[in-house]
Amino acid sequence: MTNLVLPDPERLAARIQGGERAAVASGLNLLDNRLPAARSHAVRLLACLSGERSLSAGHLIGVTGPPGAGKSSLVSAMIREWRLAGRTVGVLAVDPSSRPELGGGALLGDRIRIKSVGQDEGLFIRSLANRNQLGGVASEVWPMSWLLLACFDVVVIETVGVGQTEIDIAEIGDTVCYVAQPASGDTIQYLKSGIIEIPDIFAVNKADLGAAARKTASEIGRSAPRQDRREGWDYPVCLLSATMQTGIKEFHAHFDRHRRFLVAAGLLERQRSQHQSGWVLRLLKEEFGTFGLGLLGGRTTIEERLGACRSSQFEEYERMREHILSRLLSVNQPTLSP
Amino acid sequence: MVAPRRKKDQPWLMRTYSGHSSARASNALYRTNLAKGQTGLSVAFDLPTQTGYDADSPLARGEVGKVGVPISSIADMDQLFDQIPLDQMNTSMTINATAAWLLSLYIGLAQRRGIDPKTLSGTTQNDIIKEYLSRGTYIYPPGPSMRLIADTINYTVKNVPKWNPTNVCSYHLQEAGATPVQELAYALCTAMAVLDRVKASGEIPPDEFPQVVERISFFVNAGIRFIEECCKLRAFGEMWDELTLTRYQVQDAKLRRFRYGVQVNSLGLTEAQPENNVQRIVLEMLAVALSKRARARAIQLPAWNEAMGLPRPWDQQWALRIQQVMAFETDLLEYEDIFDGSPVIAAKVGELIAGARREIENVEAQGGIIAAIESGYIKRELVGSHMSRLRAIEAGELKIIGVNCFHETAESPLTAGSDGAIMKSDPAAERQQIERLQEHRRQRSDADVRAALQGLADAAKSGDNIMPNSIRCALAGVTTGEWGDSLRAVFGEFRPPTGVDIAIDSREVLGRKDQVTDLRERVARTGNALGRPLKLLVGKPGLDGHSNGAEQVAVKARDVGFEVVYDGIRLTPQQIAQAAQEEGVHVVGLSILSGSHMELVGSVLQELRARDLAGLPVVAGGIIPPADAERLLALGVRAIYTPKDFNLNAIMGDIVDVVRETNGLERLGGLS
Repeated sequence: MTNLVLPDPERLAARIQGGERAAVASGLNLLDNRLPAARSHAVRLLACLSGERSLSAGHLIGVTGPPGAGKSSLVSAMIREWRLAGRTVGVLAVDPSSRPELGGGALLGDRIRIKSVGQDEGLFIRSLANRNQLGGVASEVWPMSWLLLACFDVVVIETVGVGQTEIDIAEIGDTVCYVAQPASGDTIQYLKSGIIEIPDIFAVNKADLGAAARKTASEIGRSAPRQDRREGWDYPVCLLSATMQTGIKEFHAHFDRHRRFLVAAGLLERQRSQHQSGWVLRLLKEEFGTFGLGLLGGRTTIEERLGACRSSQFEEYERMREHILSRLLSVNQPTLSP
Repeated sequence: MVAPRRKKDQPWLMRTYSGHSSARASNALYRTNLAKGQTGLSVAFDLPTQTGYDADSPLARGEVGKVGVPISSIADMDQLFDQIPLDQMNTSMTINATAAWLLSLYIGLAQRRGIDPKTLSGTTQNDIIKEYLSRGTYIYPPGPSMRLIADTINYTVKNVPKWNPTNVCSYHLQEAGATPVQELAYALCTAMAVLDRVKASGEIPPDEFPQVVERISFFVNAGIRFIEECCKLRAFGEMWDELTLTRYQVQDAKLRRFRYGVQVNSLGLTEAQPENNVQRIVLEMLAVALSKRARARAIQLPAWNEAMGLPRPWDQQWALRIQQVMAFETDLLEYEDIFDGSPVIAAKVGELIAGARREIENVEAQGGIIAAIESGYIKRELVGSHMSRLRAIEAGELKIIGVNCFHETAESPLTAGSDGAIMKSDPAAERQQIERLQEHRRQRSDADVRAALQGLADAAKSGDNIMPNSIRCALAGVTTGEWGDSLRAVFGEFRPPTGVDIAIDSREVLGRKDQVTDLRERVARTGNALGRPLKLLVGKPGLDGHSNGAEQVAVKARDVGFEVVYDGIRLTPQQIAQAAQEEGVHVVGLSILSGSHMELVGSVLQELRARDLAGLPVVAGGIIPPADAERLLALGVRAIYTPKDFNLNAIMGDIVDVVRETNGLERLGGLS
């Protein structure tokens, strides 16, 4: 057996909310841990970090786009703006894992690309491999971003967009930004796939390429109609260059504007609550399968129950989990009784 | 027989690239060299000065005064030029990322001595583009770097008109493997990027723009194929003339002249039979001296023993005497261009121009030199050329006397001395420089320093020219590290594409296949036991930029199933400890080749303890002598790998066991 010691969730949560970096790091390790004992500790930690504040505080931002679009340098430029404005930033940088038959390892190189000024206590970066999970976003990403939101003003999730990822990321972030690569087939594929409905803000990086970048921007701009276009949001398309540092300020301003829009439309809390429900469902299904969900009355019923207690969904999750376990045990009861 | 006296052309500026230990020691060397007939100075700075750190920065440990002179403030600059009249000197500074700062110190010093900056002449290398490709002393991303170049140009054209604010370098491209065609193409693309940027800044009215074009100078290399090299320089001249006329409408032919300085090739100098380097240097010099139309304005020659270590004063004197013999004893300067009208030369020049034009079009089609660097295109091309050169040497197609042929040699009296025929830099230099710097900080007015730095940061943010505020910083006693840090805060730091990015697609796994399968199983099993996949942090503390070893380990670890955080070069022990914490890794691997492993590894362990990570295992690799390895193990390092541990599979197996042992799991032992 290992000599691994799991931290006490309640005390850890208090230290995280106090902004203690060591606690943030060890909380992330706990959320990442798949040992059964660690799983139950993790849920208790998340329950401690939830509450009304967790539905309204901070800003959770997803940044996605094809490989080579310059997401990391763009995120780096955005971080600089937030830090200059005195806001703290937590980053989850997700990189692909190699295929299981190739060892399943990963080279996490985003940290080196994102990191700007050497020693900055207001910036925290955790790199993560996607571990070949369906959709390209590891299931650990949502709880980890929830943890970071408890102690950083802005939380950025950076992922490589390969289609499905954008849908996943939209089930995590308040604001989703797509970074397009000028003059490449990716963007055209992207437009065709219909995933263009997801992002709230578009960035066409490498504007220094000139005509190619302008062409891509206008292609994205023309790609309407959108199915579920939100009234009152303009879906800006920004031409910028992260390396030449042009257009960053204008681009950056859209994030705060989008958050204000979400608050005014009453969408911020609703979305976060939905994202939380989504993760609870994912956990239940992972542990008990569709059969387990059935024991609780099915997906819709569970969603309703979770929706009714928006700020204490993890407690509700514990209750549902115990309910399933007791039902499973009671099913077995007859054979166990004398 | 006495040759008839003829009117002679002025010789070029004669310099020797030098500087070491301290401003005082370098000043003594400069004055000795000038007394021997050197006509200009060429300053070599140490790595902390080149990368914008103070001598007492944790990153500067072990590097102060090693490869050049440390300049931390105007006080050091004053000492470096003690008893040297700035208005009569022509000073070349090999400085890039911090060029605006060193130039500010030079101008500030002139002002303090009551000298009009308009009388200053000299050169700042200030070509930050090539730093990304070969030299490695970049700091800021390409955008701000281009802006710093443009700021110095805009400022000097108006205020220090005799200064060469930037020296577009093809020199380092050749050292990185470039062919003559690649040298021509990439250097001219860089010059275009610089001029376009200055033009876009709008600081210079269009009718004065030809003066800007005139101030752009070049720094080139000359290799042993001296006929081709001579043609390359004629090609440079013709292409620059055409480009400045068509692209920038410079009508006055005088302003279109290709002005360049040169240091002849160091790449081809050998450690074996080093005396042969003397004739190599002489022949290489012919390439830049023979053709009057393509003659260098300034020449610095390496010393014969440069491949062995730091040259002594006598070695530098020999290099200077070569130039003096060429200029004053031979009849070289009595003739017009001796190649004009030669069909052989014209054909070769034409061929180089045609090749360079194609490559320029290629780069322009990719969006220009910056885009082509960022995409990794130029690095790949240079690596390709370099590899073919190495293969040709291996195959004996490219002959190098004493290296791959004619090995036989009698014992050399030149290298027989007790000093090993090289100079050692002063081991006390770092401590003395730190004391001097700290004394300087006590002497100055903190209020002035704060105000000056605020002005600098404001200018950096607003886009105003950085130079006036930078000079104000110099006069207020701001230090090199403070200047570098305030711009880092605004511009950020650049991390270029690494070998890791290039290797990421490799499907070829090195080493025995059955061992790799075994390793993957071990990594997965250990990860399962610990609840999450094994995570390794690979980082390089210090200023040494040689990252091949660290990259190999990172890629190998990925291939056997580790999740690897590659944190790259130039890290402080603090940054490494912080990354280890934030990333939640199971083990840290450090790579150090600069010889400062004792200081750096010790500091990393200390920083980890300060973050409550005393239990996190650390392994280290590099050129580490056995005695040092013992001491590091005693400090708590869990394993040391040196060049004799060339089997990466074995290293990986050992790292897995280090993690297992740390976490209370039994060791799995050596691979079968």
